[in-house]
Amino acid sequence: MTLVLLILLPLVGGVAVWFVGRRNADVCRWFSLAIVLAEFALVLRLWARHFHTVELGSGGPWLEVFERAWIPEFGISFILAIDGLSLLMVVLTAFIGVMAVLVSWREIEERVGIYFACLLWVLAGITGVFMALDLFLFYFFWEVMLIPMYFLIGVWGHERRIYAAVKFFIFTLAGGLLMLVSILALYFTHGASTGVYTFNYTELLGTPMDSPAAFWIMLGFFVAFAVKLPAVPIHNWLPDAHTEAPTAGSLILAALLLKTGAYGLIRFVVPLFPEASATMVPWAMWLGVFGIIYGAILAFGQTDLKRLVAYTSVSHMGFVLIGIYSWNQLSLQGTVMQMICHGISTGSLFMIVGMLYQRIHTRDVTKMGGLWQAAPRLGGVAMIFAMASLGLPGTGNFIGEFLIIFGAFPVNVAVTVVALIGIVAATVYSLRIIQTTFHGPATTGFEIADMSSREMLMMAPMILIIVWLGLWPSTVIATFEPSLEALLHLVPAMLGGG
Amino acid sequence: MTTVQFTALLPLLGIAGTSMILMAAVAVRRDRRWSVAITVIGLAVSLGFVFVARSAAPCEVSPLLLIDGFALFFFALLITATAVVVLLASNYFARRDCDPEELFLLLLFATLGGCVLAASTHFASLFLGLEILSVSLYSMVAYLRRSERGIEAGVKYLILAAVSSAFMLFGMALVYADTGSLAITLPPAMTLMTLAGVALMMVGVGFKLALAPFHMWTADVYEGAPAPVTAYVATVSKAAMVAFLLRLLAAAGEPTPQLVWFMALLAGASILIGNLLALRQENIKRLLAYSSIAHLGYLMIAVIAGGADGGEAAAFYLAAYIPTTLIAFGVITVLSPADRDSDLMEDYQGLGARRPVVAGLLTAALLSLAGIPLTAGFVGKFLVLGTGVETGQWTLALVLVLGSVISIFYYLRVIVAMYMSEPVGEAPPPNTPRVPLAIAATLAVLLAIVLWLGVWPAPLLRVIHATVGAL
Repeated sequence: MTLVLLILLPLVGGVAVWFVGRRNADVCRWFSLAIVLAEFALVLRLWARHFHTVELGSGGPWLEVFERAWIPEFGISFILAIDGLSLLMVVLTAFIGVMAVLVSWREIEERVGIYFACLLWVLAGITGVFMALDLFLFYFFWEVMLIPMYFLIGVWGHERRIYAAVKFFIFTLAGGLLMLVSILALYFTHGASTGVYTFNYTELLGTPMDSPAAFWIMLGFFVAFAVKLPAVPIHNWLPDAHTEAPTAGSLILAALLLKTGAYGLIRFVVPLFPEASATMVPWAMWLGVFGIIYGAILAFGQTDLKRLVAYTSVSHMGFVLIGIYSWNQLSLQGTVMQMICHGISTGSLFMIVGMLYQRIHTRDVTKMGGLWQAAPRLGGVAMIFAMASLGLPGTGNFIGEFLIIFGAFPVNVAVTVVALIGIVAATVYSLRIIQTTFHGPATTGFEIADMSSREMLMMAPMILIIVWLGLWPSTVIATFEPSLEALLHLVPAMLGGG
Repeated sequence: MTTVQFTALLPLLGIAGTSMILMAAVAVRRDRRWSVAITVIGLAVSLGFVFVARSAAPCEVSPLLLIDGFALFFFALLITATAVVVLLASNYFARRDCDPEELFLLLLFATLGGCVLAASTHFASLFLGLEILSVSLYSMVAYLRRSERGIEAGVKYLILAAVSSAFMLFGMALVYADTGSLAITLPPAMTLMTLAGVALMMVGVGFKLALAPFHMWTADVYEGAPAPVTAYVATVSKAAMVAFLLRLLAAAGEPTPQLVWFMALLAGASILIGNLLALRQENIKRLLAYSSIAHLGYLMIAVIAGGADGGEAAAFYLAAYIPTTLIAFGVITVLSPADRDSDLMEDYQGLGARRPVVAGLLTAALLSLAGIPLTAGFVGKFLVLGTGVETGQWTLALVLVLGSVISIFYYLRVIVAMYMSEPVGEAPPPNTPRVPLAIAATLAVLLAIVLWLGVWPAPLLRVIHATVGAL
């Protein structure tokens, strides 16, 4: 029942916030904060309750399951379930939700009620995506989270917001619809071979399929998730959406929406189509490498600070793609670590860019410089996350990238070597962020305020988490490890390229 | 006629009786509210009769009509939709110096025709129903006789519908010449002549459903007709035709490959042409016209899939499409000032701030048309896609995906106009009236239906399975 509550709370809360917001904006802000905090508390309680049981991993990987018939005529049920992996993703979602409300506190002044409602609905949708175990339900949440996100970008975004919002919507919808076709194809294939027509994930595992069909069905899923991830040829909604979204929107996009793509690949694509995925291994890994290098080069070339951070996401998510398709214990551990840490570190960078933008009303790095004197605290925090972004040991990102590289090496040496070049490139663009904004001569002499106590309060947990993950990763690894083992038990390896 | 047959026929008699009473009432006293009350109550009683008739179904009333679960399902759909259109029309004409009483009469006749169409098992009753429907529609489309666009639309519809009827008749004649029977039962192995006849009838059906390439009339008629009438053309007249089409194909059994090819071409062309032409429309009614072409194309995928699953998917799609479309045209109706229909994109700019509830309704309708989850349109599209995948129509399934992606662009354009643009010119049109309670309640119920079907479609699916699935 907790699982349902996790979705209902932001969903119903969003409606309530909307009504409150029509009368009083401040009450609405506090109310939204209360809701996301309640959600976070619920999630933490869930985690605490299962913190020790996950290590035992008895009775399958699922820690909690909620199942009801929904449309029994078509074998559709309402199944929510969490294992360690989902649990961590839900924890991340609730945490980023709190941050998203906090960063919007002073940034959003217009139509506050509906803004916070959209924010909460996005969170509800994302939480649903991480917990749904019925493919119909999964698709349902997958599309539901699009609409409020579209409004967040389109109404409260920057100059080219409408273009960015429509592009975002069309890309993800196209991917999603291909996935829907694949879901249906899988449904009928499973039904034809077993006589059981169901959308239940656990029952669909191990559906016998002949290879060309399996490949095409897999591709539908892959494209949907690769758009969200994003993998390179279909990434180009991302720079626009990230750049034009309000800070909370960029935060949610980077920290959560991209993770739904990675989560989908881990949870659905590989376990449902092990053989077909194996044929994808070299392609996906080279796509990942290409993304790493391409993202890094483009990030270096940007003058818009937000766009720069956006392209670093493309680069970082390339590692995730490599990690998933290496499919061994180390690489998967690294992948999940990278997902969490990228969420925290890139999310933080977007928050910092948001703070800068509020102070100097530009995102153009050529107009910045020497801000360290005026805002040393802001500079310091930015420094920490730039270091995290380049994978400095001591931050969680290091653990993630290191484990992925470690796991990918036995699978494909060439990929690993080129990916390592990408880490070097990450150093270049990360340092450039600091150098062009905080160091150097103060070109225009901005008189800006340093971080306020609210902003310090927001950034402090981010810093703590990223360092904690770097120094003591076993806390989270212990939580998701049993689910990875279960996944590896399903699909032991994808070596050999089919 | 036995009691059972009489019971089965009650819904039709109810509609016909209502029209008689209304005619008499109008002769005594011309009053809009009075006539609306009679019409809506009559339709409600007829709807009640549908449930009474359930006990008698299936029942053959002469060789002409078969009142079975399938027919009754469509009766309920058509009658309910008509009642909504009547309420909308009442609101629409309250602001115009034009008496709407005859329009209500025509609506009743047209619905009667539509119901006959849904129940017909014989070419004679089919043609009868079709003509009652069409002839009523000509005058409804041109009802605002001072509006040039209205007259133009009426004449256009008259000519093209007459041509399509001619095609239909010729098709029937060919089938009759070959099989020697006017009953809608086709021989399992079709000869070339029967096939040609069926194809010609499909052309007639294509005109009525506005499938490409027989869609030329759609945008002009949608634009020229008064908004409530457009709603009627978009919903009731098409649903009735789909009912007939489903019956025809069910009678044909396994359709021949040529026929499947023909229908697949119509479907694919409609999806692509409808969506592509909708992209550049600046008029909401024209936009919805092109979108309706695409939607009927989607629906054809389920029709082509055939069998119980295809029929059920098509029926659900209609049940989802009708309330959605009625909301969209309902919003256009309530926003229309006395002198014109508010159908330009600029009428909708900044609507989200000016009239949040109305804008919210239209948003819900557009998202449902786009097939976004939580709305009925999503479940409909899901079922249609399901039948397409099940029967291996991969090309059409991918065309549907492509079409949906294109369509999201123009639906979002309207949403962008409502929420993300400033209103054009000065303050909102001064004579946009408040929405009366009856209309507000109607639209709220429609919205509830759209959301309900999107979240909990199982009950309706069960009903459709028991009625349409039995065809």
